[in-house]
Amino acid sequence: MSKTGRVVLWTALGVGFAVIYFPLLVVLLNSVNSDTTFGWPPKSFTLEWWGRAVTNAGALHALWTSIEAGVAATAIALVLGTMAAFALQRYRFFGRDSISLLIILPIALPGIVTGIALNNAFRTILGIDLGLLTAIIAHATFCIVVVFNNVVARLRRMGGNLEEASMDLGADGITTFRLVTFPMLRSALLAGGLLAFALSFDEIIVTTFTLGTGMETLPIWIYDNLFRPNQAPVVNVVAAVLIIVSTVPVYFAQKLSGGDSSSGGRI
Amino acid sequence: MTAVSPPSRRASAFFFRKPKLRLGILLSAPLLWLGLAYLGALAALFITAFWSTDVFTGKVVTDWSFDNFVTLFTDSVYRTITLRTVGIALLVTVIDAVIAFPMAFAMAKLASPKAQRILVIAVMTPLWASYLVKAYAWRTLLSGNGAISWLLSPFGLSGPGYGVAATVITLSYLWLPYMILPIYAGLERLPDSLVDASGDLGARSFRTFRSVILPLAFPAIVAGSIFTFSLSLGDYIAVKIVGGTSQMLGNVVYDNIGAANNLPFAATVAIVPVVIMLVYLAVVRRTGALNNL
Repeated sequence: MSKTGRVVLWTALGVGFAVIYFPLLVVLLNSVNSDTTFGWPPKSFTLEWWGRAVTNAGALHALWTSIEAGVAATAIALVLGTMAAFALQRYRFFGRDSISLLIILPIALPGIVTGIALNNAFRTILGIDLGLLTAIIAHATFCIVVVFNNVVARLRRMGGNLEEASMDLGADGITTFRLVTFPMLRSALLAGGLLAFALSFDEIIVTTFTLGTGMETLPIWIYDNLFRPNQAPVVNVVAAVLIIVSTVPVYFAQKLSGGDSSSGGRI
Repeated sequence: MTAVSPPSRRASAFFFRKPKLRLGILLSAPLLWLGLAYLGALAALFITAFWSTDVFTGKVVTDWSFDNFVTLFTDSVYRTITLRTVGIALLVTVIDAVIAFPMAFAMAKLASPKAQRILVIAVMTPLWASYLVKAYAWRTLLSGNGAISWLLSPFGLSGPGYGVAATVITLSYLWLPYMILPIYAGLERLPDSLVDASGDLGARSFRTFRSVILPLAFPAIVAGSIFTFSLSLGDYIAVKIVGGTSQMLGNVVYDNIGAANNLPFAATVAIVPVVIMLVYLAVVRRTGALNNL
């Protein structure tokens, strides 16, 4: 490639990353900005908002709800996603393509469709009151694909040789799974689980339609307080914390999956 | 071997001889969940779209009619909102593709393997930094005394303020990683030898790009576009945060579930993005994009 071409591409990459990170940097800066209107550039420094945020009962309560929903949805997604991954990666059967489309559908369709479809099914069709459980069911539905993708990528990469060798050496199916398949799968499961939890933790649209009234996950708490001027500084701190904390699951998922999950889009 | 084998071993042998049974067990739970909970809910949504709401009691009336669809297609307000939503979704997709391609190309073909991993993490990290946090960041950036106006003021320009332009900017920003990652994955798989061969055969950079790289990377771009397009179609929160008074389909759905308490009409409106996405998925299926997700 020509030298100019390289320079142009590197510049594009640099500018792109600058644009991606600048808004996040502004949120971090504003969390210690003593001016409550957050005019630019920031003029003075304070830690007052951080102090107020860590004692904010509403935010802490919402955080706990987010964790409960995320853990439960991730657990369901891990089981269902792994089962589906084995079925679709190891077998050839009629309708296989349709099933892989069905697994993608909850994230390929707009969140509002998933949200209102489940809302309608729970309330109008089944007559169930919305609560934490309905939100967990909704979250699990779109988290399955994350686990599925990670496990499929790992199964594809590890092939079947080691399992066949194990069987040849006299191990039965259960022993082979316990001593050969599962250990090789473990880090992919952990990566998929982490990403599923992060996806559930961040989800707002589906949650809005499936969580019971009076309950809040952290994104819903942020949204409710976004337009209240006197809450702006606390929202800023929560936002800043989320930016910092969200790097953790991504970093570990990337490390654990050995690059498997980098091929995904939303996953 | 005359020893009696333990039950676990007998169970293993039993399942080993019956691959169809194994497949059935593996598929049962995921299919029950997605088939019943998800497809069932989608089907119910479709049915609800033909019902209506009693004006006085606010309860759903299960009488079949096309009234909701007639309102949706004849009322100019909804037509405008539908066209605006599709327009915004298309624009966001094109903007993201144009920005993401050179970035993904530099990542996949110029960076060293070690740098590649770091760059992928660098793209993924803001992907998981809360959606709301990022939309909110743009609200402060675009505000009257925010950073955008501050950057532009020396040139005698002012920021776009809150409106459709701000919505397009925010959505493009939000979904950019969803476009970069699939294109990066696609380009990474594209062998360098093909690019070299094209050069050896006398093609200049642009010709190589147009005749070799672009056709091979196309499924990956389409894979990315599924997310950018779909996520934009259904969004209503970014519009509320930076969109000023303009509305998208998602807002109509949201307002009809909440304030207007007209679930059937919300269902009718929600079918629009579903139909658009299903058509889109059916069309792009041939490009092999779905295997790039």
